[in-house]
Amino acid sequence: MVPIAYYLVLGAVLFSIGIGAFLIKRNVITIFISIELMLNAVNLTFVAFAHKWHQVSGQIFVFFVMVVAAAEAAVGLAIIIAIFRTRRTLNVDEIDLMNS
Amino acid sequence: MNSMPANYLWLIPLLPFAGFLINGTLGRRLPRGLVSAVALLFTAAPACLVAWLWSTMVGAGAPEVLHSPAQTWISITGLHVDFTLAVDHLTLVMLAVVTGVGFLIHLYSVGYMAHEEGYWRFFAYLNLFMFFMLVLVLAENFLLLFVGWEGVGLASYLLIGFYFTKQSAADAGRKAFVVNRVGDFGFLLAMFLLVMHFGSLDFTTVFSQTSLLDVTGHIPPLCQGLCTILYTPYSGGFLTAICLLLVLGAAGKSAQIPLYVWLPDAMEGPTPVSALIHAATMVTAGIYMVARCHVLFDHSPIALTVVACIGAATAIFAASIGMVQHDIKRVLAYSTISQLGYMFLACGVAAYSAAIFHLVTHAFFKALLFLAAGSVIHALSGEQDMRRMGGLRSRTPITFLTMSAGVFAIAGIPPLAGFVSKDEILFQTFASPNPLAKLLWVLGLITAGMTSFYMFRLWYKTFFGELRLNPVHGANDAHAHEQEHGAAQAEHPHGVHESPWIMLGPLAILGVLSVVGGWIGWPAALGGNNHFEHFLDPVFVSTTALQDPSAMNADQVSHGMEIGLAAISVLVALAGWYAADLLYRQKPGRATRLARQMRPVYETLENKYWVDEIYESFLLLPLVMFTRGMLELIFERGIVNGSGRAFAMITRGFAWFARRQISGNIRSYAGWLAIGAAAVLAVMVFGHSLLVHL
Repeated sequence: MVPIAYYLVLGAVLFSIGIGAFLIKRNVITIFISIELMLNAVNLTFVAFAHKWHQVSGQIFVFFVMVVAAAEAAVGLAIIIAIFRTRRTLNVDEIDLMNS
Repeated sequence: MNSMPANYLWLIPLLPFAGFLINGTLGRRLPRGLVSAVALLFTAAPACLVAWLWSTMVGAGAPEVLHSPAQTWISITGLHVDFTLAVDHLTLVMLAVVTGVGFLIHLYSVGYMAHEEGYWRFFAYLNLFMFFMLVLVLAENFLLLFVGWEGVGLASYLLIGFYFTKQSAADAGRKAFVVNRVGDFGFLLAMFLLVMHFGSLDFTTVFSQTSLLDVTGHIPPLCQGLCTILYTPYSGGFLTAICLLLVLGAAGKSAQIPLYVWLPDAMEGPTPVSALIHAATMVTAGIYMVARCHVLFDHSPIALTVVACIGAATAIFAASIGMVQHDIKRVLAYSTISQLGYMFLACGVAAYSAAIFHLVTHAFFKALLFLAAGSVIHALSGEQDMRRMGGLRSRTPITFLTMSAGVFAIAGIPPLAGFVSKDEILFQTFASPNPLAKLLWVLGLITAGMTSFYMFRLWYKTFFGELRLNPVHGANDAHAHEQEHGAAQAEHPHGVHESPWIMLGPLAILGVLSVVGGWIGWPAALGGNNHFEHFLDPVFVSTTALQDPSAMNADQVSHGMEIGLAAISVLVALAGWYAADLLYRQKPGRATRLARQMRPVYETLENKYWVDEIYESFLLLPLVMFTRGMLELIFERGIVNGSGRAFAMITRGFAWFARRQISGNIRSYAGWLAIGAAAVLAVMVFGHSLLVHL
């Protein structure tokens, strides 16, 4: 049986990669993907703990996260398309309407 | 005692208050007729109640004191104060004067104020004044009396400053208020001392406990145990301290030295106000208060002597100023101060019923004089300077007739009201056991001569000779009344007109009262029976008996002496009349010549002994300098404004920092989000162990 620490380390690495990409990347779609990466890193941790403690609630949480992620993807992609149509760019540094 | 009228006592003050509420809130939208109807109705109704009350309280077997049912007001450890109203014969007299004269003056005002702006405001204030004045005289404890006391001050302030767009009127109102505050401060301190020593502010409690003390304020051996058990041991001086502080309060309200300066300026208000508040009722509150607290004063010979000296000094001081003033209302104002001085003098020689008697007759004739002066001013379209009056006898005959009654009454010509009451005071002063009695009597006598002089001077200058009215109007200070009548002037070439009947009616009634009002207290020496004094006996006599035996003066001095003294004062009054006649009727130029010859004296008097200037430079100026220098510069600008500015700067700096963070850059937001999340995580993981280590 694989020790739980392996899952956790993998989750942490994935999460860190997600954060790093989230902070560094300028393309909206890349940022979006990095968010998905972070969500799935968390999912992995949930499943690992659920397996370890034989608790089903962790797995239910994962389903919730996946549903939210799907909804978020739908809305987010719609917003991205709308932004691209109006501004002809996906560079977040150029999308700074709130900077007065 | 809880008979029928006692249950309705509260109606007496509350009816004018209802009038105030109606006129004060809705009056602006009501027609003038309705405003005056409301004001008159809510003043006449208490007068009727007082008449009913009077009928139940005289005659054999009638109760001496009526108490309204008590309602708890303040109840804390060591102090219990009720809303209690009480009526005894002294209050009854005051109620009759306040509601009676008050109603007449309301009636007069309907005519006098007919053309004024803010008609509803005037009557609302007037009713408010009635409410507080009635509370003042009905109060059964010091605190409730103080409520009325402050309230009449407020009403007085509002009415003096009635023409608030005029700077001098606004200033006069403020001056009256501030000077009165000085007196009120004394009153407050007196109340604190009363609570400290008696543990109560009720008149009955305080006075009955004071009666246990002997004349010098020491505890007679018999009661010593009781007093020391109940309260801290009395020291001899505490009653004197209380009385002197009360005198300070009374001096403020009743315009006595050194706090009289507000009353002459108070003449900026409309004339009916001067008549009601600054002559007949409010200014007598101080006299009433001293008379009400006579039990305390009887135990403090020092305070009584102070009262007598203040009274006599004020009487002669104000009378001397009144002799040379030119403004008709100012002459009457100084005359009021002088007459109040007489009442103080009477209180000071423990002749309280004489003081109240003079208060009543003075209310009649001084209200009459003010209202008649108002009628003269009305006739002359707002002119107040006597140098421009004259010859009004034939043009305003009814005003002349009624004013003559007032002039003869105040001058002390028998058998009019002023003669009877003033002579009673002078006689009581002369007969008093006080070592200063004879000196005080001489001062009072000289004042009587001066009074007669300045009143006949006013009479001659106003009603005799030729009209000296300057046709050019508007040169003197513009008062709404004048402007209104200035327009009327254009229509009537002469402008001089008799007042409408609604003003003359009250004048006539007061004129009759000024003639016959004194007869209720006609002295026994002249064939009367001192009815008025006996009426007040239940209130005052118990303590007169308590004084040392030599104080039983009035009966020991022979009637012959009383008649002799009366003759002397009548001679003095006639001499004053003769002097005025000589200077102002026979040889009108002689007065100015005399003034030129005695220039220093004349100027001192005309400038009112420069008291206002002295107060200004020695009291006001240092105060203003302290305020400007210390308070404004250091406290206001430094601390108050400074701390505000410092807070503003801190907020602004923080806002500047916070604003920098709203960059619109998504990645910086993301960075903050990550840092925040990391911080929360760190706290959750390490925070607990950190806390444990700490």
